[in-house]
Amino acid sequence: MVDVVMPRLSDTMEEGELSKWLKNVGDAVEKGDVLAEIETDKATMDLEAFDSGILEKQLVEAGTVVPIGTPVAVIGDGSGANEAPAKAPRAKAPRATAGEKPGAKEDAAAQQSTPDGDRDPEPLDEEATRRPGRSSAPSSQQSEEMGSAHSSRARMSPLARKIAKDHGLDPATIIGSGPQGRVIRADVEAAIASSPPAGAPARRDAGETVRDDEVVPVNRIRKVAAKRLTESQAVPHFFLTSVVAVEKLLDFRTELNESLESHGTKVSVNDLFVRAAAVTLRRHPEANSSWNDDSLIRHARVNIGIAVATDAGLLVPVVHDADTKDLGSIARETVALAGKARDGKLSPDEMSGGTFSISNLGMFGIDQFTAVINPPEAAILAVGAAVPVPMLRDGHLVEVPKLKITLTVDHRVMDGAVAAGFLRDLVAALEHPLRLIV
Amino acid sequence: MTELSYRQALNDTLRAELTRDENVYLIGEEIGVFEGSYKITAGLLAEFGPKRVVDTPISEEGFTGVAIGSAMLGLRPVVEIMTLNFSLIAIDQIVNHAAKMYGMFGGQVRVPMVIRTPGGGGQQLAATHSQNLEVWYAHIPGLKVVAPSNPADAKALLTAAIRDDDPVLFLENLALYNAKGEVPDGEQVGEIGKAAVAREGSDITVVSYSRGVVTALDVAEQFASDGVSVEVVDLRSLRPLDRDTVCESVRKTSRAVIFEDDLLSYGIGAEISATIGEGAFDWLDAPVRRVAAAEVPLPYSKPLESAAMPDAAALSKVIRETLAASGFTGGRRG
Repeated sequence: MVDVVMPRLSDTMEEGELSKWLKNVGDAVEKGDVLAEIETDKATMDLEAFDSGILEKQLVEAGTVVPIGTPVAVIGDGSGANEAPAKAPRAKAPRATAGEKPGAKEDAAAQQSTPDGDRDPEPLDEEATRRPGRSSAPSSQQSEEMGSAHSSRARMSPLARKIAKDHGLDPATIIGSGPQGRVIRADVEAAIASSPPAGAPARRDAGETVRDDEVVPVNRIRKVAAKRLTESQAVPHFFLTSVVAVEKLLDFRTELNESLESHGTKVSVNDLFVRAAAVTLRRHPEANSSWNDDSLIRHARVNIGIAVATDAGLLVPVVHDADTKDLGSIARETVALAGKARDGKLSPDEMSGGTFSISNLGMFGIDQFTAVINPPEAAILAVGAAVPVPMLRDGHLVEVPKLKITLTVDHRVMDGAVAAGFLRDLVAALEHPLRLIV
Repeated sequence: MTELSYRQALNDTLRAELTRDENVYLIGEEIGVFEGSYKITAGLLAEFGPKRVVDTPISEEGFTGVAIGSAMLGLRPVVEIMTLNFSLIAIDQIVNHAAKMYGMFGGQVRVPMVIRTPGGGGQQLAATHSQNLEVWYAHIPGLKVVAPSNPADAKALLTAAIRDDDPVLFLENLALYNAKGEVPDGEQVGEIGKAAVAREGSDITVVSYSRGVVTALDVAEQFASDGVSVEVVDLRSLRPLDRDTVCESVRKTSRAVIFEDDLLSYGIGAEISATIGEGAFDWLDAPVRRVAAAEVPLPYSKPLESAAMPDAAALSKVIRETLAASGFTGGRRG
């Protein structure tokens, strides 16, 4: 089976609309047949089949826009076709199945000149396949199937791979426009052209020992994070910091956990922040919003993302409807989400839909920091470590635990005074924790 | 420079070497009185007499063996085997004797001989008389195999082959004998084992030899009018093989197609493809493709014979597919 991918039909094309299917599932197709019409940024063009066989699947509906390299159809021998005719016409079966042509598969770099379309060599092939001793060669179809079992590695020409490596690009991030989505030189060069220049190489003084930089491949989590964080750079930010006296909050937590002990539930400081943020956001819908190009979206739900450090990278699972959940529910949910995050088992649902996020580096002894907004959210709260601060109370010097929280705000969504109002109420909720249970 | 046919260039070269060195002699079937099945030895019997131009019975194993023995004793025989197909009768002499003597006798004896023989199909001579078996000999250490594609190289390489102290299989092609080309005047001694860039190009490399080079150059010319720059590498020598020139070209173009008259499986193209994989892997932007003969005994019927042989249309098609597979955007059709 061979995937038919959205081809790159012009230098500037990044995506194409599959505007019209001209072959239906189950149709026999010959190499060169027009499968569909594609509308690019420039013109409507034909999508031709590179392989002969049966159109087994249409992976996108007419009218769908997909990036180049995206599979849009599958051509096979008909065995996988949903509505394939009971028996595919023999003449239309992929010719490469003849044992005579073990080398005809394109990826085996093989080409016989004559067994191709314009010459009709079928009689020769059939004659040849009847000959003894020649049937043991693996058919290219078998090879293709064997190949697809290992298809997780991106198809990439050696030249493209070398250029990508020289530029420190991860091949997996490059969309291929070659046959079966192969990444070719042109794709890598386009990727290089569209990516910001890497940091200028450090200058080396003469005589200094040369220590080569190491290119470390990154996983998908880091790639996604990098992309999202880069998007976030386009957001006009400002930062507000407040000091929170957390004596009552910590006492409240201790008391709460004592009472919940029999339930096996343990509320963390972070859970208290989730609940505090949620109840405060409910009263400040302007902070539970997103910028929408020329309008604002006021989110109906209050979904709090919590930044979780994992071995694989930063993940932000989401406690949905945190404003309607009690502290016990939130505590149980965050424990479960953090566990799944560490095990890499978070579902997409559990990582999406956030309207506000909290990042807590207090456990690392960080006093204060600013977090980067997780678009399209409008704000993120950075929580520092609680530290004892000397304070006069009733004429006595006492230690009071305090911590600093910093709100990073999308200025397009909120102005300083509005954000300050939200932060003031959040501080109040944290300093009067009984508000967290109503 | 003089424009000569491939046939005339060979004839002139044989005459020049017979004249220059009295140890050179010709031996083969019908090469004297009949002047050769393909008239390569025309006029030479009359000029040099029967001791220098020796007619033999139909006895490939015998006269090849005679040549080997005489070469070991200091003569420089130039054997004509009527076609490459008949060399199979003498293959034990060639592979197990001519090729092995120097090594097996510790360098005490050399075998300075040439076996001239035409290969190739397209003349309706049917399956047994139309083969390209050059890879059989190119496989054997101790032999040299040259396959010139034009009259100038035919002259220079035949001269070099006759003067070489090792056995050289000199592959001609029935379809090339009438091909004409400019040939430098005077003595020309080619270098065995050196490929030529027959046409410079930047977009794709076509590697070929013998008759295939002529087709490749025609195809390159057609592509040039479409704005595609095809480089043609003429191997000229199949053993030793000039791997550097092939890889250097592919490192420049990033794309390669091999056009070969022999069969696809285990053919010359397989060796070239492996060479490119070993020497230019990181420069490849598309799989190396091969255009070769269909794997059937070559039919006698003209339409079937034509269908089974690799031709310009097949080569053009694979060039276009290779360009398309690697996002080629140059050219007028780009």
